[in-house]
Amino acid sequence: MRVLRRNLTAYGFLCAALACFAVFAWYPMIREFALSFQKTTLVNPPTWVGLDNFLTVVQNPAFGKAWLNTVEFTALALLCGYAVPFVMALVLNELRHARAYLRFVVYLPVMLPPIVAVLLFRWFFDPGPGLFNQLLGFFHLPALAWLDSSSTALISLVIVATWMNMGSATLIYLAALQNIPPELYEAAELDGAGIFKRIRHVTIPQTRLILLLMLMLQVVATMQVFIEPYMLTGGGPEDATMTVAFQMYQFAFTLQDYGAGGALGMMLMIVLLVFAAFQLRLTREDKA
Amino acid sequence: MISVGARASTTGTRREKRAPKRIEVRFRTIVSPHQLNSRWGRRIYWTVLIAVVTGSTLVFVFPLYWMITGAMKTGEEIAQMPPTLFPAHPTFDAFIEAWDLFDIGVLLKNTAFYALGAWLFSMAVDVAAAYALSKLRPMFGNVVLGAMLATLMIPPMVVIIPLYVTIVDLHLLNNAWGLWFPAAANGFNIFLLKRFFDSIPRELVEAAQIDGAGPLRVLWSVILPISRPILGVVSIFTIVTAFKDFLLPLLVMTDSENMTVSVGLSQTAGAVSQNQIMGGLVISSIPMIIVFFIFQRHIMAGLTAGSIKG
Repeated sequence: MRVLRRNLTAYGFLCAALACFAVFAWYPMIREFALSFQKTTLVNPPTWVGLDNFLTVVQNPAFGKAWLNTVEFTALALLCGYAVPFVMALVLNELRHARAYLRFVVYLPVMLPPIVAVLLFRWFFDPGPGLFNQLLGFFHLPALAWLDSSSTALISLVIVATWMNMGSATLIYLAALQNIPPELYEAAELDGAGIFKRIRHVTIPQTRLILLLMLMLQVVATMQVFIEPYMLTGGGPEDATMTVAFQMYQFAFTLQDYGAGGALGMMLMIVLLVFAAFQLRLTREDKA
Repeated sequence: MISVGARASTTGTRREKRAPKRIEVRFRTIVSPHQLNSRWGRRIYWTVLIAVVTGSTLVFVFPLYWMITGAMKTGEEIAQMPPTLFPAHPTFDAFIEAWDLFDIGVLLKNTAFYALGAWLFSMAVDVAAAYALSKLRPMFGNVVLGAMLATLMIPPMVVIIPLYVTIVDLHLLNNAWGLWFPAAANGFNIFLLKRFFDSIPRELVEAAQIDGAGPLRVLWSVILPISRPILGVVSIFTIVTAFKDFLLPLLVMTDSENMTVSVGLSQTAGAVSQNQIMGGLVISSIPMIIVFFIFQRHIMAGLTAGSIKG
């Protein structure tokens, strides 16, 4: 009787959360699966169409390009968004002055709404009076077309994404670095390890778990990049910045083809889950 | 450690006239205090420090300076080549024009309403759920928790289309609940809250129960007062996330009188001049910058709360 009452009160406290999760988190996951095999118009009830949606997605001329771009974007963003914050955190951790100021400044762009960063950089990228070309001109370097050229558009998006997101990664690394016991460095130093050897044999092994975790989070985050192509390039020029997430948006909300969008979403989800599982195994081996 | 450093400064080959200021070391990092306070160590340290401070300021603060001064320039001056470092005749006209053109008053009011509502609703829902899972421990509690945490594995972008279709089916378009319900289904909030509640000793709860307090009373008078730090962290993150969110408000709040700041700026930015856009950006950044100034410590603590101890 007491057990029953305890369970009833507990589920009383839980019911609001359960309802929210059921309708707005668990059900959409199932719905995603159904959506990718249905024709959905939002007006008429959905009808089952088998693999038609997947065919639509695969036959789209930009399909291969979108995946290639997403992988390229992720690789570039990792190079900038993964290595740069770690080096930044290493340096910040060595400094004994201006620590509060530097932490504040690095995190400042993260606080801005993404639309602010994106519109600000759209102006900087302007080939004429934009800040970047004016700076290049100041140093007598040739001007770039930035967002207007298919060769520089993707890297321009990576620059914006890195600028507005790197603060949080830097601070997370910084906290991890501060948890390293100082005795390890002292021991390494007694054994004659120089600065780079100390980084390799003490710092990186000690922060390995967080490095792996951040790798996963970073890849998952960049794979979903949306606002940058949406606001800056619209996927162009010549599909140079068409990413999977943006193509998904176009299918669903420009072409009103929710089925195709759902099918592409399923593909993205499977890729990300495989990646996450792979990553989890790496982490687990690390613990053992 | 202190003695080593002290010796280092006296054994220098040539004593400088003015004894150089020691770099104080309160915690050991990669570079040892000994190396740091050697003659070259000090030189390199100060060079690196100056380089990092100026570099970070240029990279992270200068764009914001450019945004603010850009908004204070006239339409001709902002298009001028080469650009001016300071506005020749600083005016606030662009701010006033931007306020009217973007209708920022309405946008800010909407965003504040959505953010505060999302905060109140998701706090009520998530605190109750975390309390039930942590202290009342019902049957299948771990299954429920597992299913909630599993949603964190699914990137939000991937389920945005089915979520949108669900919101349409429930007729929640242009309705604040279309943002508040999904905000409350936040596995990370529940994870953070539950982990904190787990650390509250059983004895405290049991003592209150012996005094005749029911579950609600225990939550209100025992758990919540102790949990103020974590409640602060979760609150700020919920509000900041709601303020920064872009895609879901873009899809759900389609009428211009219901739009959020981010969506409103994105929809009108193509139709106004550059200095007016900058004015709009400055105005809409101000609330978050203020929040950052006030709650900086909470925000930075919260950033590492979830990730480090995993």
